[in-house]
Parts: sequence; C-alpha cells; structure tokens
Amino acid sequence: MARFRRASYVRSLLTITGSVGVLALALAGCGGGSDDSATTGSYGFPQATQDDKATITVWVDADRTKAADAFKKANPDVPIEVVTYDGSANGSNSFRTKMQLFDRAGSGWPDVVFSSQNNDAAWASQKSNGKQAFAAVLSDGLVAQDTLDQFTKGALNPCTVEGKVYCLRNDLAQVVLFYNKALLDKFGYQVPKTWQEYQALGEKVAQEHPGYIIGTVGDAFAPEIYFWSSKCQANDVTGPKAVTVNTGSPECQRVASMLDVLVKNGTTPNISVFTPEFVKKYSGMVLMAPGPAWYSGAIFNNPESLKVPAGQLGVAAPLAWAGEEAVTGNVGGGTWFVSSHSKNLKAAESFVRFATTADEYQVEVAPGYPAYAPAGAKWVKKQEESKYYATDLQAVVEAGTAIWSGWGSGIFSQEAIWAKTMTPGIASGKSLVSLLPEWQTAIKNQAQVDGYTVK
Amino acid sequence: MTMVDRTARQRGAMSYGFVSLYAVLTLAFGILPALYALYLAFTDAEGGFAGLANFSKVVGDFRFWPAVTHVALYLLIWLGALVVLVTVLAVIVHAIRVRWLSRTLRFVFYLPGALAGASSVMLWLFVLDPTASPVSGLLGLFGFESFVQVIVPGNLPVIFAIIAFWTGAGGWIVIMYGALNNISAEVIEAARVDGAGAVQIAWRIQIPMLRKWIAYMGIMSLAAGTQLFVEPQLLSQASNAIVPNDYSLNQLAYQYAFQQNDFNGAAAISLLLLVIALALSAVFVTRGGLFERD
Repeated sequence: MARFRRASYVRSLLTITGSVGVLALALAGCGGGSDDSATTGSYGFPQATQDDKATITVWVDADRTKAADAFKKANPDVPIEVVTYDGSANGSNSFRTKMQLFDRAGSGWPDVVFSSQNNDAAWASQKSNGKQAFAAVLSDGLVAQDTLDQFTKGALNPCTVEGKVYCLRNDLAQVVLFYNKALLDKFGYQVPKTWQEYQALGEKVAQEHPGYIIGTVGDAFAPEIYFWSSKCQANDVTGPKAVTVNTGSPECQRVASMLDVLVKNGTTPNISVFTPEFVKKYSGMVLMAPGPAWYSGAIFNNPESLKVPAGQLGVAAPLAWAGEEAVTGNVGGGTWFVSSHSKNLKAAESFVRFATTADEYQVEVAPGYPAYAPAGAKWVKKQEESKYYATDLQAVVEAGTAIWSGWGSGIFSQEAIWAKTMTPGIASGKSLVSLLPEWQTAIKNQAQVDGYTVK
Repeated sequence: MTMVDRTARQRGAMSYGFVSLYAVLTLAFGILPALYALYLAFTDAEGGFAGLANFSKVVGDFRFWPAVTHVALYLLIWLGALVVLVTVLAVIVHAIRVRWLSRTLRFVFYLPGALAGASSVMLWLFVLDPTASPVSGLLGLFGFESFVQVIVPGNLPVIFAIIAFWTGAGGWIVIMYGALNNISAEVIEAARVDGAGAVQIAWRIQIPMLRKWIAYMGIMSLAAGTQLFVEPQLLSQASNAIVPNDYSLNQLAYQYAFQQNDFNGAAAISLLLLVIALALSAVFVTRGGLFERD
C-alpha cells in the first residue's frame, strides 16, 4: 500500500476515513429505515411481521453449501437463497462485522447464518448500541425442547447465554488422543492414560527415537487442547460480561511445565499443523497427537497433509491428570444462527434444524462429528465401517460428553491472544511457565477492551 | 467580442468541466467522509456530544501505544532507506552513460511497483517462509528455520519496510531520474570545467537541486506509511494471527469499527492519525522548501 501514486492529501484523507466513507454512503442509500413493524412475538423476542412465503437467505461457508443443497433436495418448496461467505473463519470475524453494518443500515440481515466459530452467541445474544440482538432465542419455543434435549450433553454450552439457547451446534470438536498404532507397536510403547505417562513417553521418544513427535503447540488452538483439558482457569466466563482469569493456578502451571519439557526435547514442536513445513518435516513422524476430533479428516486422513494409510490411526480417550477424572478441551465446532429479524422464522427454523439433525446431511455428508447425539451415533458407526481406523471410535463418543465446562465462550478470541503473545514467545526460546503472567495480562487487557469485567 | 476572448472563455468552461468531476468525487469520498469522521470522533454511540472522551478512550487503550511505536519504527526505517537509497540509486543510474543499461535498470527497479499492493505482500509471504523461500539459504544465515521465527515482533518493522521499499522505491527512482534530467547540462558542465568529479557533482550540485523532490517523496511516503494496513493485515491472516491484527494504528481503527462496533473510537484514531501525518508533513514542507519559489 505504501506507494507514491496513491498519495495526495485529499486522497490520504479519504483512505484514513475510508471505512467511514463507505458507511456514510450506506446510510444515505438506506435512509436508516428501522424495523417499525416489529412486535414482541411468542418466542421471546421482537419479531418482524411473518410471511410463510418469504424467501429465506442463508449464509454458509464453502463446506456448508452441501447442507444447503441437502436441504433444497429434501424441501423443494421452501424458497431459499444461499450466499457463500468465509464462515467468519481464521479470526476474520466477518459474521459480526457484517451484522453490525446491517444494524446500522436497519435492514439486510440474512435469515440463517452458519459460523465456523463457537463464540458468536456472546455478542449475537446482546443488544448492540441499542439495536435488537441479532440472534433469535431458540429455546423459548422456536425450536422444540425435545430437539434441543437430544444434542450431546454440553454441546449447546457455547450457544447458551444466561440460560437461553441462541444457536444450534453443527459439530463437536472434542479433544481426543490420536496415535499411530503401527508405530507404537513397532517401538513397543503403550498408549498413555494420563498426562504424566504422556510426558514420560515424550522423554523416552526423544531419547530412543529422536525426530518423532507426540503433539504440537504451534497452532492458536494449543491452549484449547492442553490448557482447557488441564482445567486451567484462563477463560472462566462467568456472565455475559464477566470473566475470571488466573493463569497462575496449579492447573495451568502443571501443563505449562509439561509442555516446556516436551517443546525443549523436540517431541512437541512449535509448528502449525496447517503449514507445508509441518507436512514436510513430520509426515510419517507423528507418533501421537492430542487434538480435536476433526484432526482425523483434516490432517491424518488427508491426502494433502499427513496421509496416514488405513489401518494405522488409533483413537484413545482424552488423557487425565493422575488421580483426576479425565476432562477434555474443544477446538471449534460450527454453529447455526437464526436471525431475530427474519420474516419467515418457520422456514429459518426448519433449515437450522435440518442442517444440524437430519441424517441426509449430518450422517451422509458432514465431515465432522455431529453435535446432535442421534446423528453422532450413526456418524461414528459409518466411520467405523469405513475400516480406516485401527481402533473403534468409542473414545470420540465418550469425549463428546467430557468437555470441561469451566472454559467459556467470550467475545474475545483466546486463539488470537495465544497466537500473538505465546507463539512468538515460544519461538524466541522462552519457557511457557515464564510466559504465563504475560498471557494472563494479555487475556485481561483484551477482555476489558471488549467490555468485560475481569477478576 | 474578439476571437481571443471566446477561446479564453471556452477554455474556462472546459477547465471547470474537468475540475468538477474531480471536485465532486473529492467531496463525496474525501471531504464529506472526513467531516463525518470529525462528527463521529466528538460524539458517542447515541449521537450526543462526547467532548474528548473518544480520544482519551483510544489513547488509554492498551493497544494504542504499541501500535504507535510499531508505525513510528516502520516509518523511521522505511523513510530513511527511501530518502538515502532512492537518491543514491537515481544518481548512479543517471550517471550511467550506456543507454540500454540505464534503461534496463530503470525498468527493473520499477517492475515490483507494477504489482498491486496486496499481491506483492502475498509474494513476500513465500519469500519469508524458509520452507518455501527461494532465498531460504539467506534466511538460514540469519538463523531463521521456520516462518514463526522470521515474523517475531522484533523483525516486523524491518520486514514491512523492506516490502514497502521493494514495491515503492522503483517508481521514485524513475521520478528522481526525470528530475535529474531537468538539471541543466550547462550547470553540470560548468562544475566539471571547475574540476568537480562525479561524487562532488552529485553531492554539491545534483542532490541540493533535488531537495524539493526529496521533500515531495518524503511527504507522499509519509502519508502512505502512517496508514500501514495491508501488509500487517495480510501477514496477520497468513500467520493465523501471530502477527497481531492490531499491529498498526489503521488496523486498530478497523478493530474499533468492526470488532467492537465503536465507530466513534475508530474515527478518533483516524483523526489522530491525520493530525500526526499533517504535523510531520509540515516538517518536510518547511525543511524541504517545498512552497518556496525559485
């Protein structure tokens, strides 16, 4: 952008205020028409006048267009318009950005939105600058209680704010322990059951088979894999605008010191699993890795990533800390929202219900583990029948209900905070234990910027 | 009415015609948004007068001073490199008597600038990643083995300065070359007769006569540089946020507007940026004698 041609004073003014300029035009164009027809409806939020024939606009990411296709096939008479966007992925935050602009314009909201993130309910459930909350309350009659009850226990936690459900979970991303059974057998190792055994194994691997790895910390979701399942109080969201952060607790310390040993001895590199670097260095070298359920499709059984052949990949239950019951973390898992501004709530509801519960999509097509328990059971069965795995997948099912509830879903992104404070710190050779206070400060600062009271 | 009058009047009308198009666009996309920003910066979300509240809020933000430091460091490195290297390179290219070589060099210098901003950053993403880089050996010499090591916070101002220099310097070299051509051959000839060598001519004749051009380059680059946005934004996405998305002031303004839904805070940052850029430009204008008549 730093180029001489662009700059004249007037134009520099323009660029400085560019975003505002676009807005000014948008306002002029839209006339700021507010939704006067809204009345408080029977579902616990102000509704627009309903029209059963109105076309519903559905925003999905590229992967979820298949859900829309399946819905169209099953419901040919529901008028629907599908818009593809980035799914708010990788911190783009486009879902929130766009809805805020529609809020300012007073019109234009889509009826249904898929988000690849699971912390959107935190803002979508709240009024913003006096404007009606974007998300429709689903648990006050819009979606049948019976349907909500059949989601895996805890699956709707990220969608729940002050006891009300604002979105339906597409898939679960519970952390389990993946391992290469063929390699483990060859080296004569046992699958660890506790984090202590895991660390001991890491030290053994570094000695006996240097180059092989048992995990990674290079991704922004490393805290969700390791610190969440250690019950570290880094993200204890206690209310819509309250969070308690204490990274100095023993639960945080123990996992940080474990990782320090493993990072130092090379068995847990500070490299993102989504880089060519990772694939180049560690194809065939991943002995095991704690990671979310979607690791299997995204990394192990992916011809563009590690490409682990059929019959080698085993899935074990999440690791426990010795003497404690195993709990686990969670990395993502998409969510479906219905707009409170929708003129056809009936169709919008039927769409999100279909996308999250119908076998035609969740069992037949969806790549991730369905959050809706009946679909989840069928999905696991189908995966087991594929004969790809060296073990059964009961560990995935059980881990789905063992996600620790002390790690919340605030507006601020824990992943972004980790990426900018911890990853460069580890890269420059600092220990995780020594970085914990810095992490705490970074979380506090970011939470406060987003209006949270931090304890 | 004489012929001359009519032509003059026609010309006058014509010039208004040409200017009006620019004026309308300037008004719509430059002046009005700026005024709107001014309005936003001094009001709160409900439209009530907020005094300096928005300014104290953004200045008190924990991300503000780091962003200021980032941009300042970047400007220091980049403007320094630009002023020194562009001038030196332009003088050298101008001194080359072999015509095809001089032409080729100018073309090569200019070439990177032909890439649009965003795509040149994409290209640099590959150059900076030791596993994909064509100069991975060079990165290895500095001890960089992974992308994450290359983009640690301490390296970023230099990286952004290199990217900006690589894309922008060529255009300026061509402009400086043109300016050097404007220096009358008689002056140079006279200096040579008096016994000045190439270095003395450059130092005592050419560079002083380029002063206004250098000041002009400084101002233009300053205006663009304080608005650092595309490079860190793309690098932030490509590195999955290891390069923070609030690295520069403009990014922070973007975060305010679109992450926090606080357009008033964003407008306050924009105004601060404008004031700082204007103040710094004033230094260039006065020191460079830009508004002096010869």
